[in-house]
Amino acid sequence: MSWIDLGAIEDVPLRGARVVKTPVGCVALFRTAEAEVFATSNTCAHRNGPLSEGIVHDRKVTCPLHNWVWSLETGEAQGADEGQIATYPVMVENGRILIEGDSVRKRNAA
Amino acid sequence: MEKLVVIGAGMASGRLLEHLFDAAPGAFEVTLFNAEPRGNYNRIMLSPVLSGEKSYAEIVTHDDDWYAQHGVTCRFGERVVNIDRDRKIVVGENGEVPYDRLVIATGSDAFIIPCPGHDLPGVIAYRDLDDTNKMIDTCGKPGARAVVIGGGLLGLEAAAGLRLRGMDVTVLHLSGHLMERQLDAAAGYLLRADLERRGITVMTEASTKAVRGTDAVEAVELEDGTMLPADLVVMAVGIRPSVAVAKAAGLTVNRAINVDAQMRTSDDSIYAVGECVEFAGQLFGLVAPLYDQAKVLAATLLGDDAAFMPKQLSTKLKVTGCDLFSAGDFAEGPGREDIVFRDPARGIYKRLVIEDDRLVGAVMYGDTADGNWFFGLIKDETDISDMRESLIFGPAYQGGSSVDPMAAVAALPADAEICGCNGVCKGQIVEAIEGGATDLGAVRATTKASASCGTCTGLVEQVLAATLGDDFTLPTAQPVCGCTDLSHEDVRRLIKSQELKSQPAVWQELGWSTPNGCHVCRPAINYYLLADWPVEYKDDPQSRFVNERKHANIQKDGTFSVVPRMWGGITSASELRAIADVADKYDVPTVKVTGGQRIDLLGVKGEDLPAMWADLNAAGMVSGHAYSKGLRTVKTCVGTDHCRFGTQDSTGLGIRLEKYLWGSWTPHKVKLAVSGCPRNCAEATCKDVGIICVDSGFEVGVGGAAGMDLKETEPLVKVATEDEAVEWTVASIQLYREHAKYLDRAYKWVGKVGLDWVRETLSDDVERKALVERFDLSQTIYRTDPWAEHTPRESASRFAPLTDLTLEAAE
Ligand code: SRM
Ligand SMILES: Cc1cc2nc3c(=O)[nH]c(=O)nc-3n(C[C@H](O)[C@H](O)[C@H](O)COP(=O)(O)OP(=O)(O)OC[C@H]3O[C@@H](n4cnc5c(N)ncnc54)[C@H](O)[C@@H]3O)c2cc1C
Ligand code: SF4
Ligand code: FES
Repeated sequence: MSWIDLGAIEDVPLRGARVVKTPVGCVALFRTAEAEVFATSNTCAHRNGPLSEGIVHDRKVTCPLHNWVWSLETGEAQGADEGQIATYPVMVENGRILIEGDSVRKRNAA
Repeated sequence: MEKLVVIGAGMASGRLLEHLFDAAPGAFEVTLFNAEPRGNYNRIMLSPVLSGEKSYAEIVTHDDDWYAQHGVTCRFGERVVNIDRDRKIVVGENGEVPYDRLVIATGSDAFIIPCPGHDLPGVIAYRDLDDTNKMIDTCGKPGARAVVIGGGLLGLEAAAGLRLRGMDVTVLHLSGHLMERQLDAAAGYLLRADLERRGITVMTEASTKAVRGTDAVEAVELEDGTMLPADLVVMAVGIRPSVAVAKAAGLTVNRAINVDAQMRTSDDSIYAVGECVEFAGQLFGLVAPLYDQAKVLAATLLGDDAAFMPKQLSTKLKVTGCDLFSAGDFAEGPGREDIVFRDPARGIYKRLVIEDDRLVGAVMYGDTADGNWFFGLIKDETDISDMRESLIFGPAYQGGSSVDPMAAVAALPADAEICGCNGVCKGQIVEAIEGGATDLGAVRATTKASASCGTCTGLVEQVLAATLGDDFTLPTAQPVCGCTDLSHEDVRRLIKSQELKSQPAVWQELGWSTPNGCHVCRPAINYYLLADWPVEYKDDPQSRFVNERKHANIQKDGTFSVVPRMWGGITSASELRAIADVADKYDVPTVKVTGGQRIDLLGVKGEDLPAMWADLNAAGMVSGHAYSKGLRTVKTCVGTDHCRFGTQDSTGLGIRLEKYLWGSWTPHKVKLAVSGCPRNCAEATCKDVGIICVDSGFEVGVGGAAGMDLKETEPLVKVATEDEAVEWTVASIQLYREHAKYLDRAYKWVGKVGLDWVRETLSDDVERKALVERFDLSQTIYRTDPWAEHTPRESASRFAPLTDLTLEAAE
């Protein structure tokens, strides 16, 4: 496992998100409580809404386009909706946000 | 006998010497240095000394007799300045002492913010007895004022102690809630309320700029310019391990002195213990782990096997009457689940964090009796899957019941106002019910509660249900969302009557079942709070829909549209030129004239927004709020200036109204129009407020719309002058702002409360003027251009990606 430094925890607003561009597409980096972060695909599985622009509540985000609610932990759609978005391993160490490197690298079809 | 020198007579070394003398009396000849002019005492009990609950004599842990009995050579009041490792000699201020083995136990130094004025007399830290005595001395001065910088454990204990001694105390805290490292926002809110009840002023998100004064402290200046007069400034913003001597001696020091699990430093005959050590990357600031270290070091010094292992920690605040407890980890890491319990009546909040069927964190306020039981579950990593349902109720509870949906209303005190129109309190309603008024109609008839606008009906029914129990069946009111059983109207009423001024206050006092609401209730609560407490409450962008956070309309492909204001639909050649220029510069695919008499730039990239706004601002244009639940447009017609039928200056009045009302937030969007004659070319009869000018004055109508429902305005009033027309318009919008349910357009609200009630309320001259005054107060804060607040450079952080890993990968 290799961890890549993305920035300081304060760079992401509380109950907010920032986008990280990666080789596998745009990843949304969410901050819920003071020092809790999650990373998921920035693209809503419904109709490609930008999830980083949604309202973050508890450990969930609501898509700004049609209000689908996604679990930030499992990437599963909540409530009556069905779907799945990708999640990526992230952690906070000494105030820095780190993302697991292999998870956002393009995989060669082997 | 082996010569053991100990630097620092603090809590860790005191415990070390006890273990050493117990296990092997006479094994070492000990010399004990201490920079403080005294021996070991219980530092954590300084707070009770400060508050007057204990004396210094009571907290001394080792006295002269004890040192004499164990043959300790005391060099108190003498600082160690150097360690000569080659000669194995410690150099104190008064001379050298040779050692066979050396223990460094220098603890920490308080961190002082290096702001201007930090070295003025009267600025102190809170670390030792001298600091405590200085604080006690200042309290003797009549009318003395203290500012405590830092709302963590230490700062709050200092504040509470000073307050108990009669000082006027203000606590400044940098983050959004107190003790944020130990508490979540909900517990932080309850703690703050408790401290405020004791007369301590708490300011969060307060950043200190400087300490002011000529010969001594006179005031603290904040970044926002606020000046707080002060005779004493206590800095309690954190500690730094005291490692200067160790560093100078060439020992391995990272953030603190590195030690192994046997407490050995990088030099075989030198050890360290206490807050001055770093073990496996970790620092320590509470006594529990230091005591473990002391035990391990005693064993190491005596040649026994022992290894230090950091454990989970729990925290309590030593302020009598503030009952809080926090343990383990209540943030970080996916796969976690919360259990929340709130009892507004008793001011209780509990939150448990669970991961993989194990309890990993607990925060409690108000009732901490089960704290140690939870702490035990955390430490032992007990599998809690069997007791999950009833876990939050503690060890005594079996079975588990759901939280009472009426708890919030049942908890209200008798003097809580339920009906705002008629000023009726809960106590009066309960009295009426007990006197025989057992249904809504009877309560209305006897007390007038809910007899006017009717928005408090739900609350009155809940009081009926709470008072009569099973004898009353509660009609099902639509709750705001799944996080609460209260309706919008109930929540609004309670925010006002209970003076709830923050989101955590609402979650706690109204018994919300989620930690911080959801996408349905949060925008509503955010609006209610800012509408009712414009000065006290700070708008929370994270509780707004993306459009109101990005100040532009999001499009289906994730781009945005930008609409600058064109006051009353009037523009100029230079404005049009500026719009054309930004359209070129930012490659805007579509430029469209809107139905609201202005121009829309569609398809703008998110990261271009701040720069585009800066360009539009430079040309004198501000945000048109085409995205807001707030004032949108004021459409006008050409009026007396040009039209042969015009009766009044409709264009001028429209511009005047737009300039008055812009920036204000409302339950739903608000659109106005002013037409110069009954031909109504500005379509004023289908707006939230529409004014038709006639020869004899102005006809003001309300409650129109032309969206999903087509509604004609209803006539509110006819007035003779433009000033009166403005006053009635503003007052009616403020009434809507204060009473309507979030996302009810004006016509829906008028439909609920009735046009008669609206007209009656506004006809009262005093009330009408008071409404205008309240609107004006709110506008002192909200009549600002959101675009101007985002300079392109500062906003990079909010509008652009955090990092671009694609570049890295390409290398
Ligand atoms: C741009 C504009 C259409 C145009 O090209 O003319 C427009 C565009 C939108 N309107 Fe509208 N409305 C526009 C004038 C109107 C009008 C006409 C007017 O204001 O005179 C109406 C009918 C009058 C009224 O509001 O009563 C109108 C009734 C609505 C409604 C229905 C409201 C209702 O209460 O029934 C919505 C939905 C809503 O707000 O919830 C809506 C919502 C929208 C949204 C914001 C949809 C959305 O949530 O994303 C559209 C944004 C498009 C975009 O991506 O930029 N728009 N919309 C007009 C902007 C006016 C302005 O300068 O600010
Ligand atoms: C007001 C207050 C309340 C607290 N409340 C709690 C609480 O409720 N619970 C809790 O767990 N913890 C609490 N703490 C923290 C706790 O007191 C510390 O963690 C603990 O005292 C650290 O012990 P130590 O031996 O490492 O350092 P200290 O107790 O600070 O002792 C270090 C000693 O070394 C001396 N020294 C430093 N440099 C030199 C030198 N070069 N030469 C000679 N001497 C030197 C210092 O003068 C000092 O006396 C509190 C602290 C304070 C200040
Ligand atoms: S009418 Fe419908 S499609 Fe057209 S702008 Fe308004 S909301 Fe969008
Ligand atoms: S695109 Fe996300 S809910 Fe429709």
